[in-house]
Amino acid sequence: MPVNNATAVTAPAPVVRLRNASLSFGARPLWDGLDLDIAPGEFLAVLGPNGSGKTTMLRTLMGLQELSGGSVEVCGKPAARGSRQVGTIPQQRPFDDNTPLRARDLVALGIDGHKWGIRLKRKAMRERVDELLELVGASAYADRPVGVLSGGEQQRLRAAQALADDPRLLLCDEPLLSLDLHHQQAISGLIHRQACDHGAAVVFVTHEINPILQYVDRVLYLAGGRFHIGTPEEVMRSEVLSELYGSPIEVFESNGRIVVVGMPETVNHAHPHQGV
Amino acid sequence: MDISEIWSTVFSFQDYAEILPLVSNSLIAGALLGLVGGMIGIFVMLRDMAFAVHGIAELSFAGAAFALLIGTNVVLGSLVGSVLASLVLGLMGAAAKDRNSIIGVLMPFGLGLGILFLALYEGRSANKFGLLTGQIVAVDTVQLGLLAVCSVVVVVALIAMWRPLTFASVDPAVAAARGIPAGRLSVAFMVVLGLSVALSIQVVGSLLVLALLITPAAAAIRVTSNPVLTVSLSVAFAMTSVVGGILLALAGSLPISPYVTTISFLIYLVCRLIAWRKDKVRHSEKMAVVAA
Ligand SMILES: Nc1ncnc2c1ncn2[C@@H]1O[C@H](COP(=O)(O)OP(=O)(O)OP(=O)(O)O)[C@@H](O)[C@H]1O
Ligand SMILES: [Mg+2]
Repeated sequence: MPVNNATAVTAPAPVVRLRNASLSFGARPLWDGLDLDIAPGEFLAVLGPNGSGKTTMLRTLMGLQELSGGSVEVCGKPAARGSRQVGTIPQQRPFDDNTPLRARDLVALGIDGHKWGIRLKRKAMRERVDELLELVGASAYADRPVGVLSGGEQQRLRAAQALADDPRLLLCDEPLLSLDLHHQQAISGLIHRQACDHGAAVVFVTHEINPILQYVDRVLYLAGGRFHIGTPEEVMRSEVLSELYGSPIEVFESNGRIVVVGMPETVNHAHPHQGV
Repeated sequence: MDISEIWSTVFSFQDYAEILPLVSNSLIAGALLGLVGGMIGIFVMLRDMAFAVHGIAELSFAGAAFALLIGTNVVLGSLVGSVLASLVLGLMGAAAKDRNSIIGVLMPFGLGLGILFLALYEGRSANKFGLLTGQIVAVDTVQLGLLAVCSVVVVVALIAMWRPLTFASVDPAVAAARGIPAGRLSVAFMVVLGLSVALSIQVVGSLLVLALLITPAAAAIRVTSNPVLTVSLSVAFAMTSVVGGILLALAGSLPISPYVTTISFLIYLVCRLIAWRKDKVRHSEKMAVVAA
């Protein structure tokens, strides 16, 4: 018997609830009038050119950035910094060469780095850390200093840190950057499992939707102070992107991949144009 | 003065057995400072604050010189000077770039003030020189008490802050997301750093505090990245430098600081050498794997 969602007795409460949210820095709006619910187990991809506000969106959900208007709730409460229910993989920033930590120590900090004092239950912690390292395929370099690890190796440790607390909301800022193809699949699969097996909501910022296309439920596309929300089929269309960018853009599908042609200049450059 | 005379000034072990009991206070103070310096040095390295330590030391010197001038407790004077300086830095210079320029401005000001106070002071000139380059072979019981209390405060505070401070220092983005109050931690750390600088000045003087607050930690970080081992080594290196320095200084008639700085420098050299050997071995192993 098919279950009718609309009449289900208890629709699960959304993990994220944005209501009429707006944010602007100075005169420049990043988004305005944004209404968005993210359900448990949902995988939301956030796309957009450099400087369109993707990282800022994540910071808003972490409670590190106030909205200019509207409201944001995470797990039923106003977004607040330091929630145990939120895991994050930050936009990449390499560690200093001389950092006196090994891979395993970094992951351990992800688990209990917020606690006062020094670590007491070392054995239990060691087991948990080994488990997490195994999960992201980092066991081989568990005892190497983080400073000498490659960008992709560090990125996998980030993933392990983020999953450590079995988060309800997983915020990932370009987590596939500098990963090879194999590890792109491994890490995005891992993040997806957190959504489908553990019921976490995932917000996944990326410039490249294809590696995660099979997992994405909805897309939030930010550009030039405007946005569009919908399934990949709804958003990744010529008309929608042309309207967002204000210039003609062609979107093709080939072999289950989405190919976007005709992105305006400003998008291809790594640095956004400052000011107006 | 020929070589043998210099030698006997630097190292002479006559009467050693009689002197030793007289300086047990200094040795205890030295061991405490080693503990403090070795521990806080790790964070000074992690947070890239070597320059800040130097700046705080000069303001601490000014405080001590003022205390000397008005005839109060010198340790107290240097404590006040350095805690004030570190609070200013902690509250004003959150970003490393700002911080460095603020330090650059504060440092000569502090040193100048100190020199002014010393010029006005009419007591023994040995006291004056001591503030800059180290003194206090014979720590009296009152000073030892003050040193001990401050050391305990520093050590307890560091242990309490250990994990979040490490987290916020090496991985600020994730730490912030985890709700670690980086701003408040940073101010707390600066106060603790101020205390440590003031303590170290009592032994090696304000010009040489880096030998106690940086060199041991820098040496330890060279040879290991296991955090527990790093701290243990750093503390061991710092203690060896201070206590060893005091013991050697007893033998000659020179101040403690050259001995302390030399020992800690030698330890650093050895650690660099070990790190270099390790790198080479690792490299040649890699080459062997590639060749195979
Ligand atoms: N605290 C702030 N004050 C002023 N402007 C800010 C602040 N934070 C972000 N911005 C601006 O908001 C815009 C969006 O920044 P954000 O980091 O969210 O971009 P992004 O979409 O993540 O870009 P990228 O793809 O390059 O990572 C940028 O132009 C940035 O300069
Ligand atoms: Mg970004």
